[in-house]
Amino acid sequence: MTTEVGSETEVKKDSEQLGPDKAKDKPEEASETPGDQKSRETSSGEAQDSSVPAPTNQSSPSSQKKEKSSPESKGISRFLPPWLKKQKSYTLAEPKDEPKKKATGEEQVVEESESQALEGVAQPRKSLEEATENRQNAKAGDREKHSISSAEIQPSKEDGKETEVEEVAEKKEEKQEEKRETKEVQTAEIKIDNIPQKSPKKIKTVQCKVMLLDGTEYSCDLEKRARGQVLFDKVCEHLNLLEKDYFGLLFYENSEQKNWLDSSKEIKRQIRSLPWIFTFNVKFYPPDPSQLTEDITRYFLCLQLRQDIVSGRLPCSFVTHALLGSYTLQAELGDHDPEEHSSDYISEFQFAPNQTQEMEEKVAELHKTHRGLTPAQADSQFLENAKRLSMYGVDLHHAKDSEGVDIMLGVCANGLLIYKDRLRINRFAWPKILKISYKRSNFYIKVRPAELEQFESTIGFKLPNHRAAKRLWKVCVEHHTFFRLLSPEQPPKAKFLTLGSKFRYSGRTQAQTRQASNLIDRPAPYFERTSSKRVSRSLDGAPMGISDQSLVRDFSATGGQAAGDKIIDLEAAGRAKLKEGGREEDESPLKTPQLEFTQDGKNSFLQLTHIHPSSLPIHPVSSHLTYLSPVPEIDMLSDISEEDPFEEPLLTIPDISECSSMEQTSDHKKTGTASPINSLELRPLASRGSPAVEGKIRTNDYKSTELCVSFSFFRCLSFSFRSLLDEDGYITFPSLPDVCISFLPPGLQHYIPITSPSFIPSFLLVFVLLLSAFQSIPFSLTFSLPLALSLCYLEPKVTSFSSSSGNDLNDKAEEEEVEYEEEEAQQKISSLRVDGENIYVRHSNLMLEDLDKTQDDLLKHQASISELKRNFMESTPEPRPNEWEKRRITPLSLQTQGRHASRAEGPCTGVSDADKSSHETLDIVEEKKQAEFGIEETLVVDETNKGKMQVATDAGETCKVEHVSKKDSSSLPSDSSSSSSSSESEDEEVGEYHPHHRAIEEVIREEQEDEEDMKRKEHEENTQHVEAIPEGSKPVPVEHTQVTVEDLVHENTITVATEEKNLSEQIKQDVGEEKEEEQLKLNGDVSHVDIDVAPQLICCSEPPVVKTEMVTISDATQRTEISTKEIPIVQTETKTITYESSQLDGNAVGDTGVLVSAQTITSESISTTTTTHITKMVKGGVSETRIEKRIVITGDADIDHDEALAQAIKEAKEQHPDMSVTRVVVHKETELAEEDED
Amino acid sequence: MAGLGGGLAAFGRCTHAVVRALPESLCRQALRSVAGPEVDLARAEREHQLYVGVLRGKLGLQVLELPADESLPDCVFVEDVAVVCEETALLTRPGAPSRRKEVEAMKRVLESLNLNIVEMVDENATLDGGDVLFTGREFFVGLSKRTNQRGAEILADTFKDYAVSTVPVHDSLHLKSFCSMAGPNLIAIGSSEAAQKALKTMQQMSDHRYDKLTVPDDAAANCIYLNIPSKGHVLLHRAPEEYPESAKVFEKLKDHMLIPIANTELEKVDGSLTCCSVFINKASEL
Repeated sequence: MTTEVGSETEVKKDSEQLGPDKAKDKPEEASETPGDQKSRETSSGEAQDSSVPAPTNQSSPSSQKKEKSSPESKGISRFLPPWLKKQKSYTLAEPKDEPKKKATGEEQVVEESESQALEGVAQPRKSLEEATENRQNAKAGDREKHSISSAEIQPSKEDGKETEVEEVAEKKEEKQEEKRETKEVQTAEIKIDNIPQKSPKKIKTVQCKVMLLDGTEYSCDLEKRARGQVLFDKVCEHLNLLEKDYFGLLFYENSEQKNWLDSSKEIKRQIRSLPWIFTFNVKFYPPDPSQLTEDITRYFLCLQLRQDIVSGRLPCSFVTHALLGSYTLQAELGDHDPEEHSSDYISEFQFAPNQTQEMEEKVAELHKTHRGLTPAQADSQFLENAKRLSMYGVDLHHAKDSEGVDIMLGVCANGLLIYKDRLRINRFAWPKILKISYKRSNFYIKVRPAELEQFESTIGFKLPNHRAAKRLWKVCVEHHTFFRLLSPEQPPKAKFLTLGSKFRYSGRTQAQTRQASNLIDRPAPYFERTSSKRVSRSLDGAPMGISDQSLVRDFSATGGQAAGDKIIDLEAAGRAKLKEGGREEDESPLKTPQLEFTQDGKNSFLQLTHIHPSSLPIHPVSSHLTYLSPVPEIDMLSDISEEDPFEEPLLTIPDISECSSMEQTSDHKKTGTASPINSLELRPLASRGSPAVEGKIRTNDYKSTELCVSFSFFRCLSFSFRSLLDEDGYITFPSLPDVCISFLPPGLQHYIPITSPSFIPSFLLVFVLLLSAFQSIPFSLTFSLPLALSLCYLEPKVTSFSSSSGNDLNDKAEEEEVEYEEEEAQQKISSLRVDGENIYVRHSNLMLEDLDKTQDDLLKHQASISELKRNFMESTPEPRPNEWEKRRITPLSLQTQGRHASRAEGPCTGVSDADKSSHETLDIVEEKKQAEFGIEETLVVDETNKGKMQVATDAGETCKVEHVSKKDSSSLPSDSSSSSSSSESEDEEVGEYHPHHRAIEEVIREEQEDEEDMKRKEHEENTQHVEAIPEGSKPVPVEHTQVTVEDLVHENTITVATEEKNLSEQIKQDVGEEKEEEQLKLNGDVSHVDIDVAPQLICCSEPPVVKTEMVTISDATQRTEISTKEIPIVQTETKTITYESSQLDGNAVGDTGVLVSAQTITSESISTTTTTHITKMVKGGVSETRIEKRIVITGDADIDHDEALAQAIKEAKEQHPDMSVTRVVVHKETELAEEDED
Repeated sequence: MAGLGGGLAAFGRCTHAVVRALPESLCRQALRSVAGPEVDLARAEREHQLYVGVLRGKLGLQVLELPADESLPDCVFVEDVAVVCEETALLTRPGAPSRRKEVEAMKRVLESLNLNIVEMVDENATLDGGDVLFTGREFFVGLSKRTNQRGAEILADTFKDYAVSTVPVHDSLHLKSFCSMAGPNLIAIGSSEAAQKALKTMQQMSDHRYDKLTVPDDAAANCIYLNIPSKGHVLLHRAPEEYPESAKVFEKLKDHMLIPIANTELEKVDGSLTCCSVFINKASEL
């Protein structure tokens, strides 16, 4: 017993260390992968094993038993969402003396720390080692427990569905493994006593074959649990390839379906059959191969393209075949030599799927013209021509459109292409795509509304099957990330009962790989260009590798052997590790109470995760992510049904509540406003769950009852559980067969989602929960069914908000989606170009009511108003958990890079997007190239800078203005994001940025004190804000549209006359004026605003603003007051539309509140300026947050502003579902002179 | 032997032009979308001669002039019967049955130029060259009354190197009735709603960013861009007398050698500048 305890504390200690020290050490060792660790792990384990000659005497029968059961218990945990598993460590608090319990807990801790290490792409190597040691210690310390690795090693079940021969081989392996596991445990035990030992190691390996691009074959032995990355790295090392991010390993499933090996996951979970045969291929075709750094990379790309061409995947014309062929000859044979190259030398090569004599002649003819080109030059020429081919780098997928017409979907660097036969019938560039998702065999893209459309549309395609849909989805996610983002997205947080894929591309993006390859500093590696003769001839148009049956056969014949154990000496490493482990063990205190242990474990765990962001610039892991991130370990369900399970499902249950409570504390608002299903899920759980620190106390027998029941349940369903896991290792619950529905009365069949895929998990969870709460099986059974059904019923309701089509109740749980917040991508990119956007935070301490006295002419504009109104009226806030989650998940580094901008934009993103995209599509003349694009952007920034300067001076002492200097912007953004996050309580980085925020707040308070109380009250009441944006006065030859959602004030040009003689926009702190405004405001009808202040205005604003129109609509009465006056037109047309909801009146009257905080964030992008003003106040005990967004769109006349406004409102509603839009003011200034076209 | 057209630099290069004389039957029998004043044959011939003269004399192209065929009133519009890109020529199957025989003469002359010739034999396919816009990077094919999906597919099969995107064309005869290339990366486009809509479609379909040159008149958006080694960028556009506003727009193109050409008569029968010629770029050795 003492040893046990000791080891536990040991683990704890280790995991604590794990974080701080090690993570800091080598932040860049990102690619040091899981596989490595694993191999080390196993090897160390087995080293012990062999060092001690089979001490079976110590093994107790119980430990044996447990070993057997362990895979199963693992298995059941796989039913649960990964994050549930992850939470397990918290449950360790259970003050149970049962060794079994502890063992499990410990195991989980280890597992957790391991998964930490594994999951963080950028986990430093050292921490990996630590994890290994942890594990060793854990093993060593617990004599009654099986080793974790033993549980994980079991591969057989997964692979089991393959050919019989393989199965047999597998079984043998299994047995061997089991034996060794036993030994491991024992040796571990011994190890405690005899501390450091030298031992050779055994590693269980599988032979892999990789077909290389030059037609050769590379084989290596791989540790059985190795991740894809290990193999990939080995291959790249073999090839001497550094720019490896463009490449990947393919394996074939059912001969035709090619899949990319996910390097972050274990190979054996992806490829279910032996032998392991892969092909090394180009995964991302660089749009401009000349930007590759090394010739060797280009060479491999050439080889790939030659394959593509010969196989017909890359169609080309006769002439191009000949030309490319001639470059191939030049690269491989050198200059044409009439003597050496006799007439038929060429026919040994293959250049095209259907090679003709004529073509060969042409090739020979062209070959002569390439005299003098070096192989590298010839390759470059080859690529220069190949890259222009229309199908270069297009990954085609068969599909059907909504009408059942056969089409092809092509994924490429720029987006998604739709082909019908050979014709391109549509194209969706990445910036146009808002979301990609798939559900069953359907694949959906949600696209931005076109200019004249108001709403996003979702386009669905039918793929041959679910796997095809998922494959396409993954390819899309990867391509989008690789080509469009600066750094990979973090995988989304797992949601309860959303069993969707958390897949994200985890490699480097093109931007990153380019950056990395700039650092390549080695002499150009020598490599031999193998002649394509042999290779291409053998190809004959077929895809490489797998199609060669003899090879496969050959391999599987040797596979059994190959897969057998191999003993590898890794003495040195093993010894070192053992020593370390032993020493630490000695030092550790032995009697730390268990409860404390768990707490500590948790703390250290969190600590660990906090380290990541700062230490890992490239792959930051935000703290919250880490514990919510998926645990990759998910095993076959069939394992479970066989044997007697252990703790897992039960242990995880309290975690749910814990997790939810944590979630709630971290962002109460979010969970509060989250989708109904979320709250529904959480409530029962939370009610019974106790805080983690207290620990969950449960009796052992209790658990076993629950498990038995659930297992028998599984057993009866097991027939359909074969394919529960998809290739990611995620559970995909099958629907109950449709037969089940026939049990229901016909009338109910439509409403009761018994065939929903989430039904089973819901049912189980509910059942287990109830059972544990009431300890009555019949009771639980009775109630869990309706509850599960209601969960299933609600689920689609929720998800349907995010997917506008196919709200089939049955489809829900399989839906998986990526939300591409394209503006983010754009922000990131643009921030790269301009070195950060100009963002400033300022606070205007006087907030004025919006009165727009600048204009007094009103014009009728029924059409746009009615549209506006319509939009405004449909104010059902949509729950959009995804949005929030996305935000939370954003890695910190991204935020500092300009991601903040999109956040600050808030509701305005819609508008800015719309504008941006219209920019892209419309003003093509202006944006010829990326480079120019950049220039344009800076120009705009300059323009707006003017305004900001003014604002700065206006805001005076109190305001902080940062901008212009590009370097400032990088630091500033954090300010803005933090302030916005804190006030909206939407972000988690608050902690990190809090200092900033507080500073700002203080400033604000000071300012307020400076003001008269009265004024302040009024001002708080209405939370009016004044923004100064220079469009009114600036003779900019473009059109500005301001869309302000929520209370908004703008164009205080009136006050200019009284206060400042500078023309134009400034923030006014004119008491009198404000009062006046307030009065108007209180009346609740802004139509009174038509005060004629025009003369003043004209005096102060630079270009005589002439034709102006102002329309005010009052929501409460549904009546529109419009009056019109005309003034001679000079240069611009200004239009202002105010829309105000009646709600405001109620708020405005009577109540006085205390202003808690106020911030203004302004972000700017190419053509939009967004000012977000957030006020938080407390009114009669209720805190109220107001967000005012002002968007200035600068664009040409083609932009549909009404649509932009509608979009903005919509976005605002979506982003702040808990808030209501109370006021909308549109101010439109149009230059009347027609724009020039060129 | 530049592969794939050698990129943008080679766009508009040409050595030969195929034209065809006007038959007298054109005046009365030529297809026309809207009834209107009769074509003044003499004037039409004068304009056409001027057109050919510019190609031959001013630009130094080898102009191959096919004789008129009275049984083919529309035969002057050679563009519709052949699409030539690099060394491959696709002989089309014109949408108007009365014009199908025009292909024969074209086939002979293209064969004499040693081009790889692909004939559109599919009975279901129709394609007018006027619906084919080649930008140097890709093809856009207008799906109009004269051109169908199948025709576009065959075009795509013929020119495999290039993306072929389809653009619906509703209000006008051809895709090129309101647009054309005015430079290597420059699309001239009319201002009509239909034209702008088509442009947007094209922009959406393309991976490339084209510049656009918007001219007030749709008909004036049809111009001929050539890249003549000794002259540089050459643009044949409609005369200021016909479309003064549009001509002003063209005049802003400083890098181009501008050659205004009147086309008042053939316009009455839906003829535009590009309709009357097929350009071929033959490598010098041939």
